[in-house]
Amino acid sequence: MRRWISPGAVVWILIGAAYFLIPLAATLLFSLRDQTTGKCCTLANYEEIIDDPAFWTSMRVSFIVALETIVISLALLVPTLYWVNLKLPRLRPVIGFLALVPFVVPPIVLVVGLFAVYQDSPDWFFAEPYGFLPAAYVILAFPYIYFSLDAGFRAIDIHTLTEASQSLGAGWWTTITRVILPNIRTAVVAGALLTIAIVLGEFTIASLAVFDTFPTYVQYINQNKTYPAGAVTLLAFALTWAAMVTVAIGGRRRTSTMVGH
Amino acid sequence: MLRPAKAGRSVSLAWLGAVPFLIYVFAFLLLPAGQVLVGAFKDQQGGWTLENISTLFDEPYRSAYRNSIEVSLVTALVGGFLGFMIAYSVIREGTPRFLRSAFTTFSGVAANFAGIPLAFAFIATLGTIGIVTQFLTNLGWNPYDHGFSLFSKTGVEIVYLYFQIPLMLLVISPAIDGLKREWREAAANLGASPLQFWRHVGLPVLMPSLLGAMILLFGNSFAAYATAYGLTAGGVNLVPITIGFFYTGDVLSNPHLGEALALGMLVVLALMMLAYVPLQRRASRWSR
Repeated sequence: MRRWISPGAVVWILIGAAYFLIPLAATLLFSLRDQTTGKCCTLANYEEIIDDPAFWTSMRVSFIVALETIVISLALLVPTLYWVNLKLPRLRPVIGFLALVPFVVPPIVLVVGLFAVYQDSPDWFFAEPYGFLPAAYVILAFPYIYFSLDAGFRAIDIHTLTEASQSLGAGWWTTITRVILPNIRTAVVAGALLTIAIVLGEFTIASLAVFDTFPTYVQYINQNKTYPAGAVTLLAFALTWAAMVTVAIGGRRRTSTMVGH
Repeated sequence: MLRPAKAGRSVSLAWLGAVPFLIYVFAFLLLPAGQVLVGAFKDQQGGWTLENISTLFDEPYRSAYRNSIEVSLVTALVGGFLGFMIAYSVIREGTPRFLRSAFTTFSGVAANFAGIPLAFAFIATLGTIGIVTQFLTNLGWNPYDHGFSLFSKTGVEIVYLYFQIPLMLLVISPAIDGLKREWREAAANLGASPLQFWRHVGLPVLMPSLLGAMILLFGNSFAAYATAYGLTAGGVNLVPITIGFFYTGDVLSNPHLGEALALGMLVVLALMMLAYVPLQRRASRWSR
């Protein structure tokens, strides 16, 4: 067995680390520059973003949309996957196949189709970010929540849990909310965090549908204010980072086999 | 054997439990995708036509497809190669374990860090006043004086690699784990050099996984819109960017042509998926 890291490995690891860290470092340096002189170092860019009401409005919209997406996704998928695993195992490959379809129908294609189908739908749906966006984002999040929940359901014995619960007199609602959900909570939390990461980063649909969300705000700042853009970019990265690292840590603690990237 | 009537009925009723989910997927995924398919063959008056599809073979749409396929191929091959080398370097014996978990966690973030913020991170790095550009200029070599531009096809490829390499690392790591140490030892005992091991054992075993992963990378890059938009504001002629123009541009244009462009993407991505699934099945043979 080799005891020391091989020189070849060192070279590739350094290339990888440089490729990933240099753009982040450059963004950090940009975010600390003074807007008028271009010199380091000031926190004024961060203050400017935090004092910008549009920042908070866009954040609010994105978080509400994320929350709606999570609630709809879980309300649809948890009972369905439970039911399919319990009573309809023949439907499992069908749902697994459907979970691959969003990879063939990327956001830019999905939004074209959604426009065509729903352009004449009522304003509370089509013209409101809280209607149109969650409807689309549930589809974007579907594969990630599905793979996460599927791994969760595989790890528990739902037949025994259901029988035990029902022989103690519990109905379907009690069984799902008080027996099944607590047993798959890691998978549920992972799916929810991935959804937050997706919604806080989704630009294509929000931009084409002309809604002001956090990503479209970031784009607006990028085009208009060079150095504050560094601050808001780092913030976006930190949010993705927080969501993904929590998923990674949670997954490792339970040593479940999470699928997804 | 005949099933009792009651059991048969409960099975058919059980299907109702999956109905809300299936309706949702139909309404917001399958129906829109179907609408793209149908709409691509409609004219402005609602009649059937092949005009939209044949327009795809004219400029600028032909170039958009060529550029999109080129960018996807380049980033899949380069990203696939770099991702594999980094993944292998991180996993192989001798590399400290903490590096592997650090790279895996970071890749999980970076693979999802596409879009507008990523575009800006590279503008701050390699843009006209980017940190690295200024550094090189101070050394006496301004890349912008030598034909380089971040806001070009090459620039888009460099930026896409930021999420392609980590995606490759995540997807290929399980396959590298599946290369058993006994195989290498057996090969070495039989007198094989490391090169011969890779030529006759390592690469053939990994090949389905490598091809599958690169197909995934191709699709990932082909479908990307936000990163290229954030970088060039539509200056590079790619299919998703062109589709975006149909809905954000000032020009009142034929939406059915937008649907035809989207259909072209669907076809390319569906072909990718058709190639991916059997490769994936073949790759999983060794991890049993």
